[in-house]
Amino acid sequence: MEDQGQVKKMMIILSKATLENVYACFVLANGARMEGIQAEIFFTFFGLEAIHQKKLEHLHIATVGNPAMHMPTMLGGLPGVEALATSMMKKEMEKLDMPPVREFLEILSASGVKMWACKLAMDMFHYKEEDLIPELDGVLTVGDFYKQGSGVGTHMLFI
Amino acid sequence: MIMLKELVGNTIDVNEEGFMTDFTQWNTQIGEALATENEISMTPKHWEVITYIQTEYKNNVPLSIRKIGKSGVVDIKEFYTLFPNAPLKTATKIAGIPKPVSCI
Repeated sequence: MEDQGQVKKMMIILSKATLENVYACFVLANGARMEGIQAEIFFTFFGLEAIHQKKLEHLHIATVGNPAMHMPTMLGGLPGVEALATSMMKKEMEKLDMPPVREFLEILSASGVKMWACKLAMDMFHYKEEDLIPELDGVLTVGDFYKQGSGVGTHMLFI
Repeated sequence: MIMLKELVGNTIDVNEEGFMTDFTQWNTQIGEALATENEISMTPKHWEVITYIQTEYKNNVPLSIRKIGKSGVVDIKEFYTLFPNAPLKTATKIAGIPKPVSCI
């Protein structure tokens, strides 16, 4: 094979806005660029919150329905627990030199990661392009996004 | 595994990925030759970045893209323009220091 199985481009679809998913997506996209691999992110459904100007700084980790939190579900649902867990996690991430969401988006954009918003989800949530970050490369349909991913060595990932 | 490599009249120790394993063997001619191997033609700006990351390495500061962006030497966009393919890996290779282990 011409490409010898090399990963040339990562197309990542982010459909969730819980902090752990958003960071997984950003680290994977940034890590691709660091290895000389192209990367594009398609923000759909709740994933749009990660690029929504008024929401992106207020994302939380999930304390309910997340068995890896090792916390009784009832406790996870109490007021303030999610915020507490989130601030603890943010402190740990800062120690690892993980940037906050807005700075991470700027890094991704400067690193050449293309960022697209899903048209259908935007219509569903009644978001306008001006509600989203200025670094956004555009609003796409699913078909457009697949077209972006054409070529040998492209991999798609759904988060 | 460490291998010996001949470069511009010097013998250097490199690992299997081509990173130098002994920084004391490094000099600017070797840096220049490593850059050519990686299809980079060095400019004063490139050297400024290389000097910065060598200083960070000597001070035991772990390198990351975020740190480079905050270095005051280059911003991230320019860093990717100077070293287009895997910038941190390429720059550290030219600088004669180990590959950074950071994912960010």
